Amino acid sequence: MVEALSTGTLDSLPALLARNAREMGGKAAFREKEFGIWRTWTWDEAKSLVDDLAVGLIELGVAPGDHVAILGPNRPQLYMSMIAIQSTGAVPVPLYQEAVAEEAAYVLEHCGAKYVIANDQEQVDKVIEVRDRLAQLKHVIYLDARGLRGYDHSSISSFGGIIESGRAARERLGGEMVRRREALGRDDTCIMLYTSGTTGFPKGVVLTNGNIIESSRVSSAFDGLKPSDEVLAYLPMAWVGDFIFSIGQAHWTGFCVNCPESHDTMSSDLREIGPTYYFAPPRMFEGQLTNVMIRMEDAGAAKRWMFGHFMEHARRVGGRILDGGRVGLADRLKYALGEFLVYGPLKNALGMSNVRVGYTAGEAIGPEIFEFYRSLGINLKQLYGQTEASVFITQQPDREVRSDTVGVPSPGVEIKVGEDGEVHYRSPGTFREYYRNPESTASTKDPDGWVATGDAGFIEEATGHLRIIDRAKDVGKLSTGGMFAPKYVENKLKFYPNILEAVVFGAGRDRCVAFLNIDLAAVGSWAERNNIAYGSYQELSQHPKVLDMVKEHVDEVNRSVAADEMLSGCQIHRFLVLHKQLDADDGELTRTQKVRRKVIGEKFDDLVSALYDGADEVRTETEVTYEDGRKGRIAATLVIRDAEVAPIGTVAAAAMAAE
Amino acid sequence: MLDDKTGEYAAEDGTEAVVPLMEMRNIVLRFGGVVAIRDISFDIREGEIRAIIGPNGAGKSSLLNVISGFYHPQEGVVIFRGRERAPMKPYQVARQGIARTFQNIALFHGMTVLDNVMTGRLTRMKSSMAAQALWIGSAEREEIENRGKVEEIIDFLNIQHIRKVPVGRLPYGLKKRVELARALAAEPELLLLDEPMAGMNVEEKEDMSRFILDVNDEFGTTIALIEHDMGVVMDLSDRVVVMDYGRKIGDGTPDEVRNNQDVIDAYLGVGHD
Repeated sequence: MVEALSTGTLDSLPALLARNAREMGGKAAFREKEFGIWRTWTWDEAKSLVDDLAVGLIELGVAPGDHVAILGPNRPQLYMSMIAIQSTGAVPVPLYQEAVAEEAAYVLEHCGAKYVIANDQEQVDKVIEVRDRLAQLKHVIYLDARGLRGYDHSSISSFGGIIESGRAARERLGGEMVRRREALGRDDTCIMLYTSGTTGFPKGVVLTNGNIIESSRVSSAFDGLKPSDEVLAYLPMAWVGDFIFSIGQAHWTGFCVNCPESHDTMSSDLREIGPTYYFAPPRMFEGQLTNVMIRMEDAGAAKRWMFGHFMEHARRVGGRILDGGRVGLADRLKYALGEFLVYGPLKNALGMSNVRVGYTAGEAIGPEIFEFYRSLGINLKQLYGQTEASVFITQQPDREVRSDTVGVPSPGVEIKVGEDGEVHYRSPGTFREYYRNPESTASTKDPDGWVATGDAGFIEEATGHLRIIDRAKDVGKLSTGGMFAPKYVENKLKFYPNILEAVVFGAGRDRCVAFLNIDLAAVGSWAERNNIAYGSYQELSQHPKVLDMVKEHVDEVNRSVAADEMLSGCQIHRFLVLHKQLDADDGELTRTQKVRRKVIGEKFDDLVSALYDGADEVRTETEVTYEDGRKGRIAATLVIRDAEVAPIGTVAAAAMAAE
Repeated sequence: MLDDKTGEYAAEDGTEAVVPLMEMRNIVLRFGGVVAIRDISFDIREGEIRAIIGPNGAGKSSLLNVISGFYHPQEGVVIFRGRERAPMKPYQVARQGIARTFQNIALFHGMTVLDNVMTGRLTRMKSSMAAQALWIGSAEREEIENRGKVEEIIDFLNIQHIRKVPVGRLPYGLKKRVELARALAAEPELLLLDEPMAGMNVEEKEDMSRFILDVNDEFGTTIALIEHDMGVVMDLSDRVVVMDYGRKIGDGTPDEVRNNQDVIDAYLGVGHD
């Protein structure tokens, strides 16, 4: 066990790394599964790799203030690169690895990156493709040499080569590196992260060492994170959450960051590592739950009965046991038996046996999904954050966990709700500025340091918990005067496993309509069980029985929406199921999988007008982008269905009451 | 050309010639009265991708089976690495550094991907059966070494996620990839691919093409392949042999072959006399 770590003058991540190497050098810092084996880097090894790489980068010409882009999946070498870049006084800028060349070009151009550290040929090719537009770009470094042998190496080199040149130049340039590293202060830029941009171009958020270190310190203490904790790093490196969890908190507390073998091996890597601290977006939890349910459908009758019986019991008492509430002895004993027979094995299959602290954020999570995990004894909580806040705005303390709030202000964060309902915050993690965009900086952050979140919400008086209603700019009015909060309805729709994505339209109109995406895994398995034959995603999406099923979900949502006086005007009158899955490659979602309402509305305007003009079906043709960036077109005839809505009279009355 | 008298290679103009990895000279293969291959001669140079194309029944697979030692031609000689090859068993051919994949996948369906690929290492295992069964002495070291090599190939072909999945449960495109992995596990000098892209969709074909080029580029493996998809053949290969009714009707670079009148006739279906 490692002694309490010193917390003296630690003003940068390289300083934290040096402390960790000094005080627990032999402990695992990073692990990566490669060639079927987990390979470990201790803090000592990490430090020496970072030192060599930093000197190699200085030798290459990296100067303080330069931007160095990072393009690739979660890998220890790339995480260590970020610290090495900081050690030279330069600023790392991680990019979304799935970004197509065009998107990557925008960010590389905007930040004026002089160097890029790329994972492999695929990423190097992206940079080369847009090279002409990147006047400042000097050199590309790659990790995986495969396929790159024949490339002109005048402006690209291998990661190993840079490390070797760094090792050779240690005598000559080591002093320079140490000088630059020690000059780093709390007010210096730590990292620049580009927001995914639900509207318009991404913005470069500049976060300082002070932002990151302070946020990491406070949040680590909030959840009592320890050096012995383990995390699995699989969320995009360009996302602020990953930077805080896998770099900030990991360096502050000294826990170990594990990188999966590949995207497809995630679930088995998760099982092998058994993280103690786990983070996933709602989508991930939904997907895992859907898989469990699909597999249970195929299980034998005895197993199904046992699963159903004990899950029912868990639903009743599991959450209360987790929160330390009062539960009778008989129920506790039965829960313990369930743990042995069902919950334990299930948690093991999910890779969550050891989870001590789990978080979900980014989107609202369905209450049933949330309760499912909590009832198993997994301490899943919600947090609300932003890139601009170095993640943390609010989070749920242990034992105060509910699915409909996002928790209380994180330590050190102040919150106020503006007159228009928009949530504002001020915190030590608050970003310095948007890079090369003073107008946006000024309109988001006021001179006193208050930042507008762009989300509408309110604070519950009884508990002090924050509740988020919707994106402030999405909240509008129907032409009847009723309040229009699309996300509120979309979330209700998305809580059904069969519905993957929903987009609701209605601002300025007299009623609401919706586009839906079916979840291929869930609906496909349902179709198989019900002997429904289909040849393609498109065919399945338009199958009458699928539409019947979806209609039932929409009707149920309408009934639940109608119960809310303020929002009863948001019931879905007509809907259609889209013939293609909404995709970030087509610009319909952000890289963090959030819906771009405006883009979708414009792209499918023929479908929106068909939903309003009363047509029964609509013929449409859509451009799609394949993974390699090529484009194609798909055509389809989509069926439009009417949903049951609560009588218009009550809706109008409710709308008037709201005014 | 191989000089008949000296038994050594010399270019026709007398300069020093490149020794082909494999040369087939006047091969004739008959099954009873049926002549599958009529007097075919061609060579495969070290490091190239050599395609064999032709309409159905042209004798392509038979030719591949001659190279792999499965069929013994009635006439003609097979010269490998500058030496005439005596008729030998397929396993002896495998030991010489020739590995292949099959047109209709021949994997062990009940075994995992990993175990299937490990079988590709069999020719390299030296320890006795008893030692392997008890996992003692050299067997342990050998298995670790071989597993290391196999893992490199699994990584190379991006099949980590199915490492422990029984092959029978995999979709067709992945089975093809596993078969390629097994062939590569033998670290062959010459890799024979029998219709590596048959029955694949466009995306799978693109992936497979990428892998074939990467294998050639990364390991320097010489590749001979049979393929129907002309687009793929013309893009991938350095040189192409065209067969029709057991005869060679064209041989050269993709461009040369594309403009060869006999080849055009064979593919457009001009009547034969």
